[in-house]
Amino acid sequence: MITITKPGLLSTIQDLGRFGYQKYGVITSGAMDSLSHRLANLLVGNDENKPTIEMTLIGTSIQFHQDTLIAITGGDLSPTIQDQPVRMWRPVLVRKGAQLKFGRAHSGCRAYLAVAGGFSIPTIMNSTSTYIRANVGGFHGRALKAGDQLSFAEKTAQSSKMIKDLHNRERDCPFVEMNWSVSSDLIPQLVKKPVIRVLNGRHTHLFTKESQEWLWTKPFQLTQQSDRMGYRLLGPQLHLEKPLEILSEAVTFGTIQVPADGNPIILMADRQTTGGYPKIGEIASVDLSFLAQARPLDTIFFTNISLEEAQLLLIEREKKIKQLKHGIYYLAGGRQHVHG
Amino acid sequence: MDYKLFPLGDQGIVIELGKDISYITQHKVQFISSHLQDYPVEWIIEFIPSYTTVTIYYHAMKIEQLTKGRVLPYHYACEQLNNLLSSIVLDQRFESRIIEIPVCYGGEYGPDLDYVAKLNHISPEDVIRIHTSGDYMVYMIGFAPGFPYLGGMSERIAAPRRKTPRLQIPERSVGIAGNQTGIYPLETPGGWQIIGRTPIFLFRPEQDPPTLLKAGDRIKFISISTMEFKEREAREKHDNNH
Repeated sequence: MITITKPGLLSTIQDLGRFGYQKYGVITSGAMDSLSHRLANLLVGNDENKPTIEMTLIGTSIQFHQDTLIAITGGDLSPTIQDQPVRMWRPVLVRKGAQLKFGRAHSGCRAYLAVAGGFSIPTIMNSTSTYIRANVGGFHGRALKAGDQLSFAEKTAQSSKMIKDLHNRERDCPFVEMNWSVSSDLIPQLVKKPVIRVLNGRHTHLFTKESQEWLWTKPFQLTQQSDRMGYRLLGPQLHLEKPLEILSEAVTFGTIQVPADGNPIILMADRQTTGGYPKIGEIASVDLSFLAQARPLDTIFFTNISLEEAQLLLIEREKKIKQLKHGIYYLAGGRQHVHG
Repeated sequence: MDYKLFPLGDQGIVIELGKDISYITQHKVQFISSHLQDYPVEWIIEFIPSYTTVTIYYHAMKIEQLTKGRVLPYHYACEQLNNLLSSIVLDQRFESRIIEIPVCYGGEYGPDLDYVAKLNHISPEDVIRIHTSGDYMVYMIGFAPGFPYLGGMSERIAAPRRKTPRLQIPERSVGIAGNQTGIYPLETPGGWQIIGRTPIFLFRPEQDPPTLLKAGDRIKFISISTMEFKEREAREKHDNNH
């Protein structure tokens, strides 16, 4: 079990999202940076969809009441255990009584904490993700608060092997790090002013030539009104060639919609299911994680890619994740079942 | 059946069945939605119906495995959808459910009822009579869990949105915005003119399906007294563990 001693800016329980209920107007929620969420789970021997804690920017502190195998991924929010820096992107055994603290946001915006077995959270509508506005899912339908205690679900055999392996090392230290980590080409490289790849949207061709050119060449800044629901951008204002009445229809994670004021909004994990604004672009799935790590006031650029390129990039990344999965299984001691 | 397919990002496809709101287009939307619901396809994650479209979300990686990488997931999905849509014969006898929604109009539950009446030069009783005599079609669900986009409201009770939106509109409020009427499932800020409230919960996360309404339903509003409202609300809260 753990106790949240400080919740930080916004800490919520998330998984890969709530699917199958969007037709009822129920939003998907889920991890903003789903890649980091998945890798955190894989590193501790969990299924990819197990609930993790998504922490935002600064200040979360967590007390461990039992020896726990954890992994921290996502943005670098300067994690420490008993005030010693702890490395991300690898399995770490935290000893009973130790305190994990997140400090300054060194790079990125959101960090993920997975524990072996996953947090024990009831599933509602096929998901453990927190849907704050409807007060549903996650930990009592809300963000985590100081004093909240979370217990763990049952560990896999793979997690148990890793724990056994780490348990007898450095017995006096408050934590033990595994001597291997995720290979760097899977870790989202967080750069200043990232260039995000974008597919054409349903209405791209209906925007003025100038607006289309600006979208692919000019910088856009995330405003302070950027959150899990959407990123409101400030840059050149984008306008349609002529006014257009658009009927509400489905939107998705990464839809770039443009209201009448011309300032684009990128729809993120907590977006509504439908929208009635023109859609100038759709973020490529492989770049959603980079976007999820952008912070308010950060500058981003967009570049146009084809649907084919986007799908090939996605397939390539998924193959790497599959290899990683096999690699972890191998390193964690499951040598007899290696396929990859 | 006439339709067009458009990509929505790299893991979605919009099936466009018409350009304007009409019963015929809505009928097609409902028909395809029911088909997808009754005969699930393994590479389709889920679908969202709207006024003129059905959008499907697909597993690009599942398709990649199915086809062993021989074809781009988008092309495979389009081909399969084309086969599916050309094999569907539109059933003329598509029947809607009729859902009765009790509403306590005016007073503390409907603070804008008098305004809507005055604006249209009729009495508050007339507004209630006209609102309850309408036959409303649920075109789509969106904006909030269980929020119905309704068609069929009389222009005689139309009213523009409030200039300054209210910061909190209580859940289950019934409102008017322009020519539209709707019900807020959750407490939310909003600019609708609020004419009443229903004791019935539109969003029931513990149940399956989690909402009272679905696209294709027809709605009938029924006027109830404050006392009936309170009785019904208590019963609903009890039944829904609120």
